[in-house]
Amino acid sequence: MVLNCRHVWEYISGYLDNTLDEQTRIDVERHLEHCEICSAILDSTRNILILTADDRVFELPVGYSERLHARLKEAILESPPPKLESS
Amino acid sequence: MQSQDNERDEAGLIAEVLAGKTDAFHDLVRPYERSVYLMALSMLRNEAEAEDVAQEAFIKAYRNLGRFRSEARFSTWLIAIALNEARARLRRKEPALTDSIDDQDGSVVPAQLTDWREIPSESLERAEIRSLIRRALESLPLAYREVFVLRELEQRNVKETAETLGITSASVKMRLHRARIMLQKQLAPQLASTSPLKRGRRFPWF
Repeated sequence: MVLNCRHVWEYISGYLDNTLDEQTRIDVERHLEHCEICSAILDSTRNILILTADDRVFELPVGYSERLHARLKEAILESPPPKLESS
Repeated sequence: MQSQDNERDEAGLIAEVLAGKTDAFHDLVRPYERSVYLMALSMLRNEAEAEDVAQEAFIKAYRNLGRFRSEARFSTWLIAIALNEARARLRRKEPALTDSIDDQDGSVVPAQLTDWREIPSESLERAEIRSLIRRALESLPLAYREVFVLRELEQRNVKETAETLGITSASVKMRLHRARIMLQKQLAPQLASTSPLKRGRRFPWF
């Protein structure tokens, strides 16, 4: 099937996640080969995801873990121990 | 992703806490300190508030541990609690914020520019772009932002994201797609203007 640009835009996310069925993927690729605009949209969307992933490796605030466990310790002392509740 | 062993350990730690060995809770949650904080930070964009929300979420998880059901993943359950805390905080800050969106409604059109195709290699430039991405993320409707954060930052799969948010997998995919295209639409024009490739990649029809 020959896809137009608007169709391809709907498939960009599926294409990036590799969740399109075989035929759709081939149709999308065929379109991308000759469409400068759609292939640029695909590239820029992929770039955003790659740069977003950079944020996964950030530093936690200094002392975060210590403060968290100190606060938890207080809460555990203050609260009654949790008991299994029947659903 | 967790191994079977990890899951068994978790079930054991949860049982210990529920049997009264409450200190085991510290070990139970240690592996999730980072993802709970990251979830809160991505939603609130403020370190002090994110830390506060993370603490509240862990305390809430402790108090409600008796309600946790083993058919759910503990991490999914915990992240959902953190998400609810972050949402409640956001609503207090921005009462107008709404997360009602229509998953069936129309499509999102990307920015049709051809001059931002490569990722800058300079770390300074990458850092600048990341801060632009964070700002753009903040402007997304909450329902899209949550899906984007869970999938792209927390690296939850579609099923876990759907469980955390209480929506269908189809909605997760749809919202993720729209979130990505909305970000592209907003960011591509800003990034094109900073791109060193701009000059070589001009097309006469733009």
